[in-house]
Amino acid sequence: MSAGGGEDARSALRERVPPETPVTAPPRRPGNAWYLSGIAGAALLIVALTYLLPPFRTYQLATVGAYLCVTAGLTVLTGLNGQLSLGHGALMATGAYTVALLQQATAGRGPWTLPVSVAAAIVVTTAVGAVVGLAAARLRGPYLAGLTLAVAVVVPATTSTFDGTFNSDQGLSVVLDPPPGTIAVERWQAWLAWTGALVTMLALAVLVRGSFGLRMRAVRDDETAARLAGVSVARTQVLAFVVSAACAGLGGALFAVLAQSVSPGAFPLSLSLFLVMAIVIGGLGSLAGAVWGAVLLVALPALAHTVTEDIEVQRLEGNLPLALFGITLIAVMLAAPGGIASLRPLRHLRRAERERRAMRKT
Amino acid sequence: MDRFVFLTFDGLSRGAVYAAFALALVLIWRSTRIVNFAQGAMAVATAYAGYSVSAATGSYWLGFATAILGGLVLGAVTERVVMRFVDHASPLNGVVVALGLVLVIQGVLGMIYGNEFRPAGAPFGRDAFTVGGVALLSRFDLFVFAAVATVVGLLALLFRRTATGLRMRASAFAPDVSRLLGVNVGGMLTLGWALAAAVGSLAGMLVIPTELGLHPNAMDVVFVSSFTAAVVGGLDSAIGAVLGGLIVGLLLSYVSGYLGATVAPIAVLLLLVTVLLGRPGGLFSRAAARTA
Repeated sequence: MSAGGGEDARSALRERVPPETPVTAPPRRPGNAWYLSGIAGAALLIVALTYLLPPFRTYQLATVGAYLCVTAGLTVLTGLNGQLSLGHGALMATGAYTVALLQQATAGRGPWTLPVSVAAAIVVTTAVGAVVGLAAARLRGPYLAGLTLAVAVVVPATTSTFDGTFNSDQGLSVVLDPPPGTIAVERWQAWLAWTGALVTMLALAVLVRGSFGLRMRAVRDDETAARLAGVSVARTQVLAFVVSAACAGLGGALFAVLAQSVSPGAFPLSLSLFLVMAIVIGGLGSLAGAVWGAVLLVALPALAHTVTEDIEVQRLEGNLPLALFGITLIAVMLAAPGGIASLRPLRHLRRAERERRAMRKT
Repeated sequence: MDRFVFLTFDGLSRGAVYAAFALALVLIWRSTRIVNFAQGAMAVATAYAGYSVSAATGSYWLGFATAILGGLVLGAVTERVVMRFVDHASPLNGVVVALGLVLVIQGVLGMIYGNEFRPAGAPFGRDAFTVGGVALLSRFDLFVFAAVATVVGLLALLFRRTATGLRMRASAFAPDVSRLLGVNVGGMLTLGWALAAAVGSLAGMLVIPTELGLHPNAMDVVFVSSFTAAVVGGLDSAIGAVLGGLIVGLLLSYVSGYLGATVAPIAVLLLLVTVLLGRPGGLFSRAAARTA
């Protein structure tokens, strides 16, 4: 570059950035009113569905809600903060066992017992998540995955070691009061599960849009840069793990309420792998992806069940979805790491249009 | 005291298997910075193949050879077809793809063989010899030691004394420079995966008869123990993997012997957490930062 190059470049830059361009104009974001109306709409839709669908479908709808709590929390952790956890099945088990134990102690004393049990499940799981999260914040990539994998594998061992409390492989039954009035059980379950799911989604959406979400993404993209910008990397990572654990605890608690029993068999290692798979296929980095993931977790096994019912090959059941999940996961990771949520052809068109308009203005 | 001696020998025998499996993890980690989370599932797949051949031919050794060869092929195919195309921008991608492989392999095995435990025979008796009233080792334990020692020796020979071993080390250490010097880096990667999977298959054949038997999930806990062994030794060190394997084997043996078998996985978790938080580079690492 010649001696006058710096001057040239500076004047070129001045020309390219017209002074009237509003440099600091923030991208417009939906406000809290928008979220609330979205949640209200979703709630209305769920209530309507519980009256339209047959009982079994309503139960499946409830299961989607319970899964959504977990996948949304895991999306925040993995998609936005870049921490991969294979131990969320174990965190769900923590929430589920807490509910089972508390319900055994308090059921029948009044309508307040279930909310208290669920709240306690969230608190206990959050505490466990904080312990794992403190370790996790010091680990990266495969090290973190290995540690959380060990956590997932330890669940059955814990229930057998303390079998006086957890009753080994048989597990515990969850004592529940009958639903109030004449509401059908499945409808009641769907309402409970989706109350949890919608509250989770609202809380996470607000959190993710705020400065905490910004810090999480900064840490994910470049830890050094984030640290230079004054972000406490470790605190952000621990906090992300804690938030995600709380969601997993709520999801596990709702699972216990839906199944009315808990046992280590309900939280195998493959559950943790399924959760990771669901959020990856659904699309990392957006809460919409978590919805897709939760739907997949219920729909794919159900679909495989319908297929195998006709063929009458017992071995296919349960194993076919496993293989399908795996193949889809590999294909998505190799071909479209953005997942389903990124497969919106309109999004590209809209962006192109916006850019063209911006070009014309300048 | 008798019990302590027996548990020590038993622990060393188990530890030898974890050492072999950890060695397989280290082989891949060193060249690609991927921890192969599908290693356990791959070993189970080849063990099923081996026992199918044994059942069809009546010869244990034919099945054994099938499992090892199957490991070579499966490892090479996995690298060529899947792992080569993983985007390494994020270290998560390799893990997630490997988890996808786990699901595929377990699903396919379940579809073919069913999800119940199947007996897996051993070529030698598992009754321990007694010396002066103290139970020491079984013939199967001796077989385990011999097999693992042979593999470790062969790998050491390969890496230290052969041109191929030199090329493999060069590819792992500086892929771009090696490529400029005419080394077929891609081929070395495939070879590394093939060798690792074969060693993993051997470990599977050695450990499955001592556990509950063949099952699509048979290696899940073994994988966690071996991962712990590799981390204890430092994922970069082959000698560390062997020592880590023996340490984990002894720990598991003492814990299950004195406290009960159900406590063993919890002990492994505690060991893993302690090592990762205390010396994340492994017990045998020098003061060097871990970056991945």
